[in-house]
Amino acid sequence: MSTLITDPNFTDADAFYAALADIHRERSAAESAAINARLILLLANQVGNQQILEQALAIAGQIHLAE
Amino acid sequence: MASTYNNPEYPYRRSPDQNATEPVHHAVVIVGGGPAGLAAAMDLALHGVDSVVLDDNNTVSIGSRAICIAKRTLEICDRYGCAQPMIDKGVIWKHGRVYFGEEQIYEFDLLPEQHHKIPAFINLQQYYFEEYMVNRCMEIPQIDLRWLHKVSEVSTDANRTEIVVETQEGPYRLSCDYLLVADGANSPIRESLGLESKGQIFEDRFLIADIVMEADFPAERRFWFNAPFHPNQSTLLHKQADNVWRIDFQLGWDADPEEEKKIENIRPRVEAMLGKEQKWELEWASVYTFRCRKMDSYIHNRVIFMGDAAHQVSPFGARGANGALQGVENLCWKLAALLDGRAPTSLLFTYDTERQHGARENILHSTRATDFMTPKNSMTCVFRDAVLGLARDYPFARSLVNSGRLSVPCTYEETPLNTLDSDHFADRMRPGSACADAPVRSNKGDEWLLERLGNSFTVLFYGELAASAQQPLNDAVMNLAREGHRIGTLRVRPRGEEARNEHEVVDCEGVLAQRYDLQPGTTYLIRPDQHVCARWRKLAPDAVVQAVQRALGQHLAQEQVA
Repeated sequence: MSTLITDPNFTDADAFYAALADIHRERSAAESAAINARLILLLANQVGNQQILEQALAIAGQIHLAE
Repeated sequence: MASTYNNPEYPYRRSPDQNATEPVHHAVVIVGGGPAGLAAAMDLALHGVDSVVLDDNNTVSIGSRAICIAKRTLEICDRYGCAQPMIDKGVIWKHGRVYFGEEQIYEFDLLPEQHHKIPAFINLQQYYFEEYMVNRCMEIPQIDLRWLHKVSEVSTDANRTEIVVETQEGPYRLSCDYLLVADGANSPIRESLGLESKGQIFEDRFLIADIVMEADFPAERRFWFNAPFHPNQSTLLHKQADNVWRIDFQLGWDADPEEEKKIENIRPRVEAMLGKEQKWELEWASVYTFRCRKMDSYIHNRVIFMGDAAHQVSPFGARGANGALQGVENLCWKLAALLDGRAPTSLLFTYDTERQHGARENILHSTRATDFMTPKNSMTCVFRDAVLGLARDYPFARSLVNSGRLSVPCTYEETPLNTLDSDHFADRMRPGSACADAPVRSNKGDEWLLERLGNSFTVLFYGELAASAQQPLNDAVMNLAREGHRIGTLRVRPRGEEARNEHEVVDCEGVLAQRYDLQPGTTYLIRPDQHVCARWRKLAPDAVVQAVQRALGQHLAQEQVA
């Protein structure tokens, strides 16, 4: 079975995070939502494997926001 | 309204059964003269079973309704002898365009595989589909088709079913071993027996406007998301026979169905789409909502449900009537074997399990298409628009665009009737698959593989058999036939050889060996509904006999009728 990588795998983690913040700078909430959706779709296709995608979806779904 | 079609009127006829003092008994009575009921009568006749078909009306479908006929459905109809007029009349299409807002985002070709007798899809109004089936039924002596005979009461127990039939001359009673019910999505008989079809209702409405026009658009499927002429909703344009075009406008849940059906409200929608210059006339309009639902079991004592009465899907993907016919072909050979005493009752229950699987698959695809077209919340709407936005430039996103995944036959992978592969094979024709077609040459000339399969079990094998295998196979098949089983052999000879007798064909294009992963000695056992149920690399007559018994459900415990 294919397994989602949960250990660090970035070539440059800080640079990715900065670029992610940059892309949302001075965007409306609607634009940001659309950008995130496009990003997820592009990356999901790169991953491709449904088993791995489902593992990522399962972890992503485990949220406990403060009331 | 324009009219390109006049519904035939089939006369009421008195049946001798109406003169009898006691209810006349028939093996099979079918309720409903729509696609499922008519198909069942033809399929049973091919298995030597007589049937009575009762319909409360005197004509075929009013309005074009289901228009997309899938390849497998036509293959089934070809076995019944009524596919050719459908193909001749229907519109063959394989090209499609998808638009988002002002722009065409991509186009596609269905790129149908070559070397099949039947096209991938045709568009044909449901009234023609039914009319050609009725015409064929009328040629078949085993079918007693009774128009304007309406079933009003049904009582059933573990051994038989009794019904009351209303006619213009008063009621009469019949009894039967099995009552096959195909009386539509709102099945009055299902209701009267207190049975339920359960599932999901979709809160959306669609307007179908079938218009007649001379247009120079090609026969392609066009689908718009958020078209400028119909903002925030989807629109579909599809060509049917007789220059009739189907336009399907998504309206949303708040639309008023009676208002939307009026020509004064349809006209501006069509003009916005086609322009004011385009001349057209309305042929038929309907506003529909839909649901995806099914019964928990299609079999209730001696009553068996088929078609929309048993399972219902949204129209996207053309899985309603197409799914219905796959169900009918699954049922009829089993019922015939049971009525002949060649199979246990448990075989009949595999109609339920195999077609529950089929219905779940159809409902799943249909629900996914519906959810794509009508996003359920603001975030799924964002994703849907992101997919459509990306699809123009990035081909990967096109695989996510879903305006209906077109109907393909389901594979019965989990069924207990299969003998699992013990040898190594390519995946395509694995046990449970509907047989793929291929061109063959017999001693009579060019034919198609599917014309040689179906209605009986077929042992298909490739190449020469060792003398030590040939005689035992013939003996085994002969023994099964002597026990009353319908079974035959078909030897496939490699390209370049000649068919020497009626039990042989030549793989004249080499396509059959490729599609079925044939090597010398490879053997397939094919069910009467043209589904593979076993295959081996080396023919062993004992294994074939066991696989036939397995496919007839001999190993399944006798279950009590539910």
